[in-house]
Amino acid sequence: MTAPRTLYDKIWDDHVVHQSEDGTCLLYIDRHLVHEVTSPQAFEGLRMTGRKVRAPEKTIAVPDHNVPTTEGRDTKIDNEESRIQVEALDKNARDFGINYYPVSDIRQGIVHIVGPEQGWTLPGMTVVCGDSHTATHGAFGALAHGIGTSEVEHVLATQTLIQKKSKNMKVEITGSLRPGVTAKDITLSVIGLTGTAGGTGYVIEYCGQAIRELSMEGRMTVCNMAIEGGARAGLIAPDEKTFAYVMGRPHAPKGAAWEAALAYWKTLYTDEGAQFDKVVTIRGEDIAPVVTWGTSPEDVLPITATVPSPEEFTGGKVEAARRSLEYMGLTPGQKLTDIKIDTVFIGSCTNGRIEDLRAAAEILKGKKVAPGMRAMVVPGSGLVRAQAEEEGLAQIFIDAGFEWRLAGCSMCLAMNPDQLSPGERCASTSNRNFEGRQGRNGRTHLVSPGMAAAAAITGHLTDVRDLMTAPAEPA
Amino acid sequence: MQEFTKLTGVAAPMPLVNIDTDMIIPKQFLKTIQRSGLGKNLFDEMRYNPDGSEIPEFVLNQPAYRDAQIIVAGDNFGCGSSREHAPWALLDFGIRCVISTSFADIFYNNCFKNGILPIVMPPEVVEVLMEDARRGANARMTVDLESQTVTTSDGQSFPFQVDSFRRHCLMNGLDDIGLTLEKAASIDGFERDLATLRPWV
Ligand code: SF4
Repeated sequence: MTAPRTLYDKIWDDHVVHQSEDGTCLLYIDRHLVHEVTSPQAFEGLRMTGRKVRAPEKTIAVPDHNVPTTEGRDTKIDNEESRIQVEALDKNARDFGINYYPVSDIRQGIVHIVGPEQGWTLPGMTVVCGDSHTATHGAFGALAHGIGTSEVEHVLATQTLIQKKSKNMKVEITGSLRPGVTAKDITLSVIGLTGTAGGTGYVIEYCGQAIRELSMEGRMTVCNMAIEGGARAGLIAPDEKTFAYVMGRPHAPKGAAWEAALAYWKTLYTDEGAQFDKVVTIRGEDIAPVVTWGTSPEDVLPITATVPSPEEFTGGKVEAARRSLEYMGLTPGQKLTDIKIDTVFIGSCTNGRIEDLRAAAEILKGKKVAPGMRAMVVPGSGLVRAQAEEEGLAQIFIDAGFEWRLAGCSMCLAMNPDQLSPGERCASTSNRNFEGRQGRNGRTHLVSPGMAAAAAITGHLTDVRDLMTAPAEPA
Repeated sequence: MQEFTKLTGVAAPMPLVNIDTDMIIPKQFLKTIQRSGLGKNLFDEMRYNPDGSEIPEFVLNQPAYRDAQIIVAGDNFGCGSSREHAPWALLDFGIRCVISTSFADIFYNNCFKNGILPIVMPPEVVEVLMEDARRGANARMTVDLESQTVTTSDGQSFPFQVDSFRRHCLMNGLDDIGLTLEKAASIDGFERDLATLRPWV
């Protein structure tokens, strides 16, 4: 008998190609996702050295970061540099024979939404992408993490990555969530507790009843932000929900292969008695709808709280909090619900899936956005968009006064024309509230889709629970 | 990759915690398809006004630090995105070494791929080095990867740890891909096994 192993240990063990004496491993990579921003220099490197893509059939590319989310983009991208990057990806995908979803394809979308949607991401796999939010795929019990461009080139050329094993961390969310509290609130609350460096050097396994009770979409939201907590990756053990989500997807196994895969996937859990190097436990009942007040994802507070003062912190964080408050234009003691909002962004690989759009639409149904509000929904993929249209969600957004966009990263990082102007304040369902993230001197408050919808209606940060008790239809 | 053995140079103090990759190189500069030329936009939004003029208070705009090769930084340097543009921008500016109490994982990795040495030191040592860096251009710090020490301008020496494989690659300027391709037979073997063990992959 081998010693009890964690889920991470098991996936790791099954992918070691070679181990050196000092513990450095060559790890096999099952899926390599590629987008236009972090890959051009990697393909250029291959060309310069005359190397090929070792496993083009395991490599999947989609443009997402730079693409405009307005109509007409499949024939023309105005920004020249963006166009060059997208064209470079077109060409690289063609030249190297890798799987590709161009902007004109309905399956195009944010790489971390497309992977699971198309069944490329499967339990027990190793998945990498030149993007830190690759952690998203951990929701399937896949070991998934972001890599830099040099590593993209390394994976393209060798289908492996040089890695040292991380430590194991368990984050358990016990009990059930209260109404109005979502996966986004879980993941932000964990970061609020552990800090943005709390997970550094670890792979986190999320477990506990509240995690089990989440849909696959919710689990992806939780794992997505593992990186914001500093972790290399986030993992959730696969279960019946996972298998049901994966079954029938275009690139999921079928027939006998499905049965064989399923048998293997069912072995993917942490053994009784396996050791974690660090354990964090949070009661699901204790989690409130939260919002960020500062410029680091660890600056998290329940929506019922007030803006903190720098003196409440210690060490370097005092100065950081002072800087954050100044940047955000907030005063200590101010109620979070008094903070006025001018822009609402619903989308990103954190909250751009169908369930997120349903949650926001539920709040928006029959309502209008506040006067002067710029509100935008950017579905995570063309297929999410189509489904939302079919379910009538798109109409709810449009009737409420939201712009209904095409799929992409959009205002999550504002590389395309969707940006905040200086001083503009946004309630955003994305994952980073860094200075300038959504546009130079733009101010970002991270929230769940329901909270974003609530802010859109009232014009200020709002406790979504206050709108949930209100009648669904206006008089 | 340019090798790294020993460096004596000016260190810029950046005591701010959580300096993220969006600060190091804002996204509008990620649209390039090259690795070079990003140095002028390093820390762009902290370094320049919207009209393009320099912000004189910013450390790298001060005469003493314009040629800095080392940064001594607050906790959790390089958090955020996986963009390798961050180390590319540092390198293009001339930074070859960053010292902090902690680094974000992906950034830390990316540094080694680009000939930059990230050094983790305990808080009390970072404090001493920060003080030394504050003394400006005449206070030159020495980073020696061979002996794994950092020495301040007044001769105080502090040891640091670094992974032996990474140290080897950095000291010799080795290309990871070339090294891995030497193990092609192991990869072939792994793929053969995979075809029977997990054929759906
Ligand atoms: S949606 Fe945002 S976080 Fe996700 S991949 Fe795109 S830019 Fe990155």
